[in-house]
Amino acid sequence: MENLKYVGKPVVRIDGREKVSGATRYTDDLDFGPNLLYAVIFESTEAHAKILKINTSLAEAYPGVIKVFTGKDFPYKFGLYMKDRYVFAIDKVTFVGEQVAAVVSRDKKIAEIAVKLIKIDYEPLPAIFDQMKSFQDDAILIHPDLGDYTHVPWFFPKANTNIAHWRKVRRGDTEKAFQEADYVLEDSYFVPRYAHCPIETHVAVGLCDLSGRLTVWASSQSPHTQRNLFAEALAPLGFTHKDVRVIAPPIGGGFGGKAGVSMEILAAAFATKLRGEPVKIVWSREQEFYNTSQRLGVKAFLKIGVKKDGTFVGIDHKLYWDTGASAEYGANVVNAVGLSAIGPYRFPNISIDSVCLYTNLPPCGAYRGFGYSEFMFGLESHINRIAAHLNIDPIEIRKKNAILEGDTLAYGAKMNPNGLLKAIDAVQKEIEWDKKEISNDPNKVIGKGISLIWKAPAMPPNASSAAFIKFSEDGSLNILVSGMDMGQGYLTVMAQIAGEILAVPINKIRTENPDTDRNPYEWQTVASHVTWSCGNAVRKAALDAREQIFSVVSRTLYLPKDMLFLENESVKCKTQPSFDLPLRDFVINGIQAEDSTFKGGPILGKGIFMPEFTSANSDPETSQGGHPNVHYTVGAATITLEIDKDTGKMHVLKAAEALDVGKAINPSLVKGQITGGLLQGLATVLYEDMRYDEKGKLLNPNFTDYKIPTAKDIPDEIVPIIIEIPQPDGPFGARGMGEHTMIPAAPMIANAIDDALGVRIKSMPITAEKVAMALLKRKK
Amino acid sequence: MIKINFTVNNESVNLQVDDSLRLLDILRDELDLTGTKEGCAIGECGACTVILDGEAVNSCLILVCQLEGTSVETVENLEKDAVLSRLQNAFLENGAIQCGFCTPGMLMSAKALLDKNPSPSEAEIKTALEGNLCRCTGYIPIINAVKSASQK
Repeated sequence: MENLKYVGKPVVRIDGREKVSGATRYTDDLDFGPNLLYAVIFESTEAHAKILKINTSLAEAYPGVIKVFTGKDFPYKFGLYMKDRYVFAIDKVTFVGEQVAAVVSRDKKIAEIAVKLIKIDYEPLPAIFDQMKSFQDDAILIHPDLGDYTHVPWFFPKANTNIAHWRKVRRGDTEKAFQEADYVLEDSYFVPRYAHCPIETHVAVGLCDLSGRLTVWASSQSPHTQRNLFAEALAPLGFTHKDVRVIAPPIGGGFGGKAGVSMEILAAAFATKLRGEPVKIVWSREQEFYNTSQRLGVKAFLKIGVKKDGTFVGIDHKLYWDTGASAEYGANVVNAVGLSAIGPYRFPNISIDSVCLYTNLPPCGAYRGFGYSEFMFGLESHINRIAAHLNIDPIEIRKKNAILEGDTLAYGAKMNPNGLLKAIDAVQKEIEWDKKEISNDPNKVIGKGISLIWKAPAMPPNASSAAFIKFSEDGSLNILVSGMDMGQGYLTVMAQIAGEILAVPINKIRTENPDTDRNPYEWQTVASHVTWSCGNAVRKAALDAREQIFSVVSRTLYLPKDMLFLENESVKCKTQPSFDLPLRDFVINGIQAEDSTFKGGPILGKGIFMPEFTSANSDPETSQGGHPNVHYTVGAATITLEIDKDTGKMHVLKAAEALDVGKAINPSLVKGQITGGLLQGLATVLYEDMRYDEKGKLLNPNFTDYKIPTAKDIPDEIVPIIIEIPQPDGPFGARGMGEHTMIPAAPMIANAIDDALGVRIKSMPITAEKVAMALLKRKK
Repeated sequence: MIKINFTVNNESVNLQVDDSLRLLDILRDELDLTGTKEGCAIGECGACTVILDGEAVNSCLILVCQLEGTSVETVENLEKDAVLSRLQNAFLENGAIQCGFCTPGMLMSAKALLDKNPSPSEAEIKTALEGNLCRCTGYIPIINAVKSASQK
């Protein structure tokens, strides 16, 4: 590749200066003046119950209360992939914590008191908290109208059941493969729900002015998608897309939890009935746990057949997912896993059933990793067990079966170029795989574990990105895009791409989070796809701007266009070394021609990107025939784990993670993603443990009882490794990598425990208590 | 209502406010110092950390009646005459910032440590930052930043 000046360099993030000085205004930091109203939510205390009667009269009469809303005010359904949620519960509640009513006041404390005056009568219904029970034929229906819901065409909900979606993949003949295999291992694995825990909770402010113009400020990963969903949901009130605007300030972490739409719909809906006054809703930490979305839990039944030499011949993977009371986003996690539950391996015979089941627990949705962390826990554990049975090294069996460029994917398309083998080699070497380590403490043992990494962006086949680039008089740039920088460094990466092509230094580029009125379309900042997708749009916008620059220079100054190039903020010419026209001289005001007229004008680049080779349509019984995923990003990770044999307490001595990112546009941001994401993954296996009572109430919606890591809970060392096998259709060869970072954590811990102790733990989390109990059980 | 006199970022503040307010509310709502964030409201996450009379505290747990005569320092006080402090620069250079929501609290915990102990050990740094949750960075870059801002 040509000499790059900004791409591939560890540029300091462009939003760092404002973040480090306290200047960044997140949604809750914005000033809405003295008219600001606050809404406080009345929540369901039942997991599944008919609403017989709601009495709001005492709350309405309480001094200072401006409005009380209930379900009858907004009888509208919404949802991203499937419209299965109401703004408020209507007729019945489906989980503890569901929004049933709201009290609005200018004084939040008044609203908090008045909300307690709302009275409700329920008729309890049997509730389901286990997806395997939800799957039974005689299970009570959580969504009796499921057959009538609108949804994307690649979902297959089953009317009169609790099955919101069932993704089936069939390829080859697994039964025959298992008969002909030398060894078949069959077992089940369990992964519970998890919470995202961004440090900033969800916040939204809605304002509908007296002309009917609705603006929502939201802590969101999905400003354009939210605008679309608000406009759709509020269409009965006469709103169209042009009336709805979403402004997305910087967000304090997302991890998938701020994707799509959840509580923001409330701010939009309330504002429509409180014209002229902004109304704000801030989720408490507790609400952040139980009423945004959680990661889906899964019970996986896995069967793999192999030849004596370790060659994989068949896989049967059945995954039953708990999506909670809504599947509007969760069903797409289930779908994504269905298409990819072979892992990064070559399997000639494949049978996958990924089943999305409603339960009466809080709704689940996108979470960093999008289902891959969950199924890879079982798959990567299983592979180690098979390797042990065959007496093959766990790394060697992976190398033998690793998916390579051109291999056939589960749905029949071909695997993209990738550096999986290089990544495995890198982490094998980094961790000194063959070196047996012994703790200085006789009570402690040390084990090593491995897991591969793989994930594709899960998105509609027509998810697109768009970008505008405009110059200012001094040759500086504004890049207008609509992705969200939620910490991953997206804005910086977009600046690097544009700066590279237009020869403008990063300190002369401004890129900010979007306002849907001003910034062009972006589907959502999810799926680890914005570097690739929006990066392509920015690249095209920069090329468009460059073309305009060369065009005006060429026609005004009579220079051959194909001899022009950009360098150090100037236009230069290969055939005239003395020619040097600074961009600032003409990018706004044009170039003066010989006759003293001016040619050109403001340079304004436009770029759009949509992957035109994808299709979600395929045979529902086999999933063959489509091309649902744009590409996979792969990698590998290894870990050295020290375990106390008495207490089960574990400490990570070292972890190495290598990802093939195609091209690291910003290597320091990539390494930051690996370090942070790996710890988030380790937290799900070592610490985080969501507990519900028998009535479906979350018992630990706080950081004391739901433990996320502190500065004292980190590995001694994390080594991030970058592999670069270019993605042919990526900007400068880049592909996504943010979510992938946490995928290997749980299986490599399970594998390291087995290596150290000979104990296989098949359910997450793997807390010290669980390890100690397993050891105790073995002693008996 | 309660009347209080105290110092915020070296400036004297005299306010008459509702006596149920927390220091966090006073900073954010009365003084428009929104650099200090609210993440949990019960002292678990540390996003609201400020320095009160030399100690890093959760401003969500400090009531207005505790403020009389005290001196409070917030993240807005770190930058002097448009020049970032050594600690702020270290955060930028070490990739210690992602979403940035924990950053102000993290900076104030780190500053309180370095003010008292300019050359802390790694263990002392971890202890000082233990009350500040970060979900993005994995802490390692933050610890490296504090190390690099320490006196060698």
